[in-house]
Amino acid sequence: MKYMDEFRDPVLARRLVGEIRELARKPVRIMEICGGHTAVIFKYGIHKMVPPQIEFIHGPGCPVCVSPREKVDLAIQLAWQDNVILTTFADMIRVPGSRSSLQHEQARGADVRMVYSSLDALEIARANPQRHVVFFAIGFETTAPTNAMAVLLARERGLTNFSIFSNHVTVPPAVRAILDAPEVRLDAFIAPGHVSLVTGNRIYRFIPREYGKAVVTSGFEPLDLLQSTLMILRQLRDGRPTVENQYRRAVTEQGNLRAQAAVRTVFEPCDMSWRGLGIIPGSGLKVRAAFAEHDAERRFTLEPPAASKDPKACECGDILRGLKSPWDCRVFGTACTPEKPLGACMVSSEGACAAYYHYGRQWAATG
Amino acid sequence: MCLAIPARVVSLDGAMAKVEVAGVTRTASTHLLEGVQVGDYLLIHAGFALSRVDDQEAQETLRLLEQMGELEPGALG
Amino acid sequence: MDHSVHRPSGTEVLLAHGSGGRSMHQLVDGLIIPHLNNPLLARMDDQAVLDISGVRLGFTTDSFVVDPLFFPGGDIGALAVNGTVNDLAMGGARPLYLSLALILEEGFALAELERILLSIRGAAEACGVQIVTGDTKVVHRGSADKLFINTAGVGVIAGETRITCSGAAVGDRILLSGTLGDHGMAIMSRREGFQFEAPIESDTAPLWSLVEAMLAAAPGAIHAMRDPTRGGLASAVNEIAQHSAVGMRLQEQAIPVREPVRGACEMLGLDPLYVANEGKLIALVHPAHAERVLAAAQSHPLGRDARLIGTVVEDAEHLVVLDTAFGGSRIVDLLAGDPLPRIC
Repeated sequence: MKYMDEFRDPVLARRLVGEIRELARKPVRIMEICGGHTAVIFKYGIHKMVPPQIEFIHGPGCPVCVSPREKVDLAIQLAWQDNVILTTFADMIRVPGSRSSLQHEQARGADVRMVYSSLDALEIARANPQRHVVFFAIGFETTAPTNAMAVLLARERGLTNFSIFSNHVTVPPAVRAILDAPEVRLDAFIAPGHVSLVTGNRIYRFIPREYGKAVVTSGFEPLDLLQSTLMILRQLRDGRPTVENQYRRAVTEQGNLRAQAAVRTVFEPCDMSWRGLGIIPGSGLKVRAAFAEHDAERRFTLEPPAASKDPKACECGDILRGLKSPWDCRVFGTACTPEKPLGACMVSSEGACAAYYHYGRQWAATG
Repeated sequence: MCLAIPARVVSLDGAMAKVEVAGVTRTASTHLLEGVQVGDYLLIHAGFALSRVDDQEAQETLRLLEQMGELEPGALG
Repeated sequence: MDHSVHRPSGTEVLLAHGSGGRSMHQLVDGLIIPHLNNPLLARMDDQAVLDISGVRLGFTTDSFVVDPLFFPGGDIGALAVNGTVNDLAMGGARPLYLSLALILEEGFALAELERILLSIRGAAEACGVQIVTGDTKVVHRGSADKLFINTAGVGVIAGETRITCSGAAVGDRILLSGTLGDHGMAIMSRREGFQFEAPIESDTAPLWSLVEAMLAAAPGAIHAMRDPTRGGLASAVNEIAQHSAVGMRLQEQAIPVREPVRGACEMLGLDPLYVANEGKLIALVHPAHAERVLAAAQSHPLGRDARLIGTVVEDAEHLVVLDTAFGGSRIVDLLAGDPLPRIC
């Protein structure tokens, strides 16, 4: 598979690990922001290939994990509105809300359908003019343009029976929230390569400039992550924190201007609540008034769900900020498991705790 | 977040492309990219192409990895 | 790993309960088995081994609720025969007779039913079993999804053959009979919302003749067998590991996956280790005989791509660990439910 297999070469991996070993003298804490990077690290066992001085801290870049339970509650309300077909990415279908999940409601008779793309949801709207299709639009900056495009196409094609339930979050405010916290124990960031396809590399410049931390934007193959780790170590060795682009085959400085324009046209920033991190101002996207007819929250009158707090025992907030690891959490693997997750980090397979649970449990003793 | 896969453009039909990975084909939107051509490799996320894969940069990255150990410090930046 | 038996939480059956993963184990081990338990059932193999007047019979049942009914490489009819035949074969039983029970939804097209019956006949003839009894029910529109099929099967186990889920021993080599993920991805390629075009066909096939050849190559050398259906290879190896109280070490490089299946899995964010197969088996073989059994498998049309993919090891936690082709390693865990495509 072109542009995938070459970046999984074990011989090149060994060389990179050798180089990394040379440079890893003192402890280094690197936060990979993106849940997709967390998944790759665990899938290939990268955290065990690098010397123990290097610790990967798993950041909040998992839109499923950080979605407050109320969002699922609202999606369920939408699913039960008259004539509604609730379409969603499969990622959200098993995520528990306060009382239930979309899959559970599907079993009880709600018309909930999984799709691979917002375009599939649009097609369902076209094919079912008597029904209203709501698309549960989640994601970071990578997905926001695709959801924006669905709205623009709906308008262009006169599909008035289509709206989105917008749950978009953005990376820079979350990173700021982590770096502004009273306690920060991070040396560097691996920036999300696919968010960067859209935003460009430039959105991370504030990190070295204002906080003095190193940043490398990384691709998603295991060699990409190893090379990014090496690049970070070199920045730290040279004392020159900056933003570097390891994913040059896909990411540019400016990003995808068309995608950025689509997002600006359809959405505007808003405050957003992040599970485990609280409210982060300006970290979300909501549908502009000009597109009200495609905004599910304006098309339907929904009951505000009761705000739910994660149980006291939940330590996700500290884990998402990199202050604790899953092993440090009292309920990891006992009261909190992937089947019955108590907090954000266990909810999706990319959350730090879920990843540790599935892929790395046997190293609990050695950490 | 963000599963995006490099896929080759097999054919174009307006703004929709037929893309291929390892013999598997699916449609993808090119609404968010300009000047897409048959033979291009695109990164596809949730059914949309978000970027091209630059073959020169890809080969350059691989070459850097292969030459590891002979580089000047900072050459990767 | 948590071995204690928990009732499923909640008050209703969930789709995850049928998926072959952890949730299904909760339903079966935590709710169903406690009400029915007896020593034969407790073995929890794919089939029950009955000793009736000195003749050892394998007895098994399976229900088929696949959607879509027709998919590249097969249909529900072929699955219904091969699935039960294979459950018998996994215990070393030569399949002989099947029952066939149909639950038909009012409105289901007779032409489609006929197509499926032809398929059933073809599958039965291909492996020499006869369908000797059956039942037909029709339910109101909406009470069943077009067609549900149940088959039960009976077969004979020769001589001293003892193949059971709890029979794996430390040192055993793990044999996989062929490529992973063909069936599950063939189904996915037709699934609404995720369709794609690919040269992928279900691998549904009756495995008895392959098993027979492997057994003949080294009598007594095969300690355990399982067919990796729902939940994929990952579920099958984990089940054997837990029942045999052992660990396993697998080599990713040795596990065969066809290119289009890899491509489709990458596109949808799925892992081939968890995707269903309907014409493959894993066998745990005494190390002294593993190469001979492998050669027998590879000489059989259904075992051409057979490989030795790992070894049984001591492990108090009964974990299955995969050495990745990249160089690192990770646990291969049981999933809670069916693997679903993702965009994240």
